[in-house]
Amino acid sequence: MKFSKPQKISLGITVLTLMSFYIILPAKLGNFVVPRLKYKIGKLDFSREIELKQGLDIKGGLQVTLNVDMKDIASSDRSSALDSLKEVIGRRVDLFGVSESGVKTALSGNDYRLILELPGVTDPQQALTLIGQTAKMVFALPIYTPGVTASDSATLTGFTPTDLTGADLQRAQVTFESQDRSPAVSLTFKDSGKGKFAQLTKDNIGKPIAILLDGYPLTMPTVQAEIDSGNAVITGKFTTEEAKSLSIQLNAGALPVPVSILSQKNIPATLGADSIKKSVTAGAIGLSMVIFFMIAYYGWMGLIASVGLVLYGIFTLALYKLIPVVLSLPGIAGFLLSVGMAVDSNILVFERYKEEIRAGRDWRVALELAFGRAWDSIKDANTATIITGLILFNPLDWSFLNTSGSVRGFALTLILGIFISLFTGIVVTRNLLRVFFRGKQYTNQSPTTNN
Amino acid sequence: MNWMKHLSLYFIISAIVIFPGIYSLVRFGLKPSIEFTGGSRFTLVQSISMPDVILQSFKEYTSILESSDGNGLTIKSKEISQKSVQKVLETLKPDNPDIKLTDFETIGPALGKETIKKTANALMISSFLLLTYISLAFKQLKYGICAVLAMFHDTIVLLGSFSLLGHFLGIEVDLLFVTAVLTILSFSVHDTIVVYDRIRELSHKNKNVDYVSLINQAVTETMARSLNNSLTIIFMLLAMFLMGGETTRYFSLALLIGTITGTYSSTFTAAPLLVVWEKYFGKNK
Repeated sequence: MKFSKPQKISLGITVLTLMSFYIILPAKLGNFVVPRLKYKIGKLDFSREIELKQGLDIKGGLQVTLNVDMKDIASSDRSSALDSLKEVIGRRVDLFGVSESGVKTALSGNDYRLILELPGVTDPQQALTLIGQTAKMVFALPIYTPGVTASDSATLTGFTPTDLTGADLQRAQVTFESQDRSPAVSLTFKDSGKGKFAQLTKDNIGKPIAILLDGYPLTMPTVQAEIDSGNAVITGKFTTEEAKSLSIQLNAGALPVPVSILSQKNIPATLGADSIKKSVTAGAIGLSMVIFFMIAYYGWMGLIASVGLVLYGIFTLALYKLIPVVLSLPGIAGFLLSVGMAVDSNILVFERYKEEIRAGRDWRVALELAFGRAWDSIKDANTATIITGLILFNPLDWSFLNTSGSVRGFALTLILGIFISLFTGIVVTRNLLRVFFRGKQYTNQSPTTNN
Repeated sequence: MNWMKHLSLYFIISAIVIFPGIYSLVRFGLKPSIEFTGGSRFTLVQSISMPDVILQSFKEYTSILESSDGNGLTIKSKEISQKSVQKVLETLKPDNPDIKLTDFETIGPALGKETIKKTANALMISSFLLLTYISLAFKQLKYGICAVLAMFHDTIVLLGSFSLLGHFLGIEVDLLFVTAVLTILSFSVHDTIVVYDRIRELSHKNKNVDYVSLINQAVTETMARSLNNSLTIIFMLLAMFLMGGETTRYFSLALLIGTITGTYSSTFTAAPLLVVWEKYFGKNK
């Protein structure tokens, strides 16, 4: 048995629909646990529910933009200082144990910024106090407590801080050893630190010294010899990446940069839950109005377009989960709006179809002509929307355009909406019409000329 | 139908809608949210004292009561840190033992200025790109210019409406409003392109028909499509405006106003502008 082309495409659409439907199913429907396939593609794990990522305005939490004061930092060191700071603050954020927290750096003109998102934080004041501190680095001596029995090795139980601090360190840099070109980290001390470091190394030859950042040990090199030049090299079996990361962290201690809060927003989780409920209701009512209108005005064709519209919703949600799109309230608004716009191409085609029927063509010919001729305006009109969508989304992160998350969320749903609606409005609806539609209601109309 | 016979009527209708808006824009301007001006907004719940008393204690931050209902008070003020709010709350504790801060939002003034600049950039870049795109797609500059003029028409109606809404109802313009304005740019052009596309197609088919008749025919043929498509969008937006969450209510309203004027302008501004253009700059004159 052979399939015709529309049948093949219909089959493809059916498979796509089933897959999308499977993706959007929640983990549980009532008491019924949705069975999952044991299947993975790259990072995608189909054996559990793929979650719809919710934005901070839905989940609730804390969003802070920190201004980083780079006044005392040489301009050549600024971007590495920002990286160091991101690292330091990122670790502090991790202390809260919030999932999906994010720290982003942003550059706006000459201003250096960090944007933090901490979903689910209930005590913003405490979080801010911890995050807002300037990083503190100190050199310390490890304290070992001997094991209980002789065979137990001694365990590290604490540190004794010394008077040598991050303020005494000029900078840290990745270097390569002269013998085997292996990566290492060099430390250069300021004059204030030279003497202290010489004393420290003299007293601890053969013993380890810890470097703590915010009380967390970054590295514990063992002193080989007394160093009085103020230049030390930490060697070890580093990869270049590891050496780089260590130098960034050491610099965070050496170049402490004060931060101040530029903007802050606490969102209670209840607000988001309430908004979601309302948006879902509004969406359902809007959708039924659109479907009712389409069927009332276009009859069978409208019904088929409505099927396309429901598929549009299913595909879109599945894609949101796959990409994943972080769903914010404006994003939901963008999605609902795109539902209203999704039938646009259908309407263009159907109006065209009516015209062709009025011009006296057979419905089969009229249908194909309508799709062909409506394409020009569909293409031009949607390109215009994509242009503004891209300006709102700002994909290249241009600093002269908006970078706000809520605006981008909206733009992304709008752009995705256009592409998916073109697919459902043209490919899907066209095939459904070819397979299920038989033009009867217009054929007995007497042909009229235009105008 | 001879739509273009009533050319001046369409421009008068536009003028009637636009002038109060422009007057309001010049006279009162828009009411910017703290996203543009910088400042703080916070909500206090479980207060017992009168709102005025509480407001009084935030006096040094030039506080304004934004809204109050059974659940809480929302106060807008100059930039203030959360710590300072907590400090003031301590002084209120004796009279209001359970008073609590729920929402807190603060934005530095520098960030506000930056947002305004970025918005202006986005508007200019969008207008320029759309002008270029339409002129290229239709191979004539007049289509680009007229479509962009109709787009400005819609933008001014939207800005004017929100200026009036801001003055009389205290509705603020925020970052989402900016998003709505930019979205409306594309809506407006979207509809206009459908009409222009028909004009382009008809002019290829009927070489001997005069331009105004072509436009009339194009408008007639695209009318049902314009109305129907806008209706489906309006259904969605109306539902979102009336029943959707508080956060996106005025965003939906802005889109709703924009969609309605966008529909009107594509037929009754963008097409008539072509007629006017042809009359003054047409090749035959």
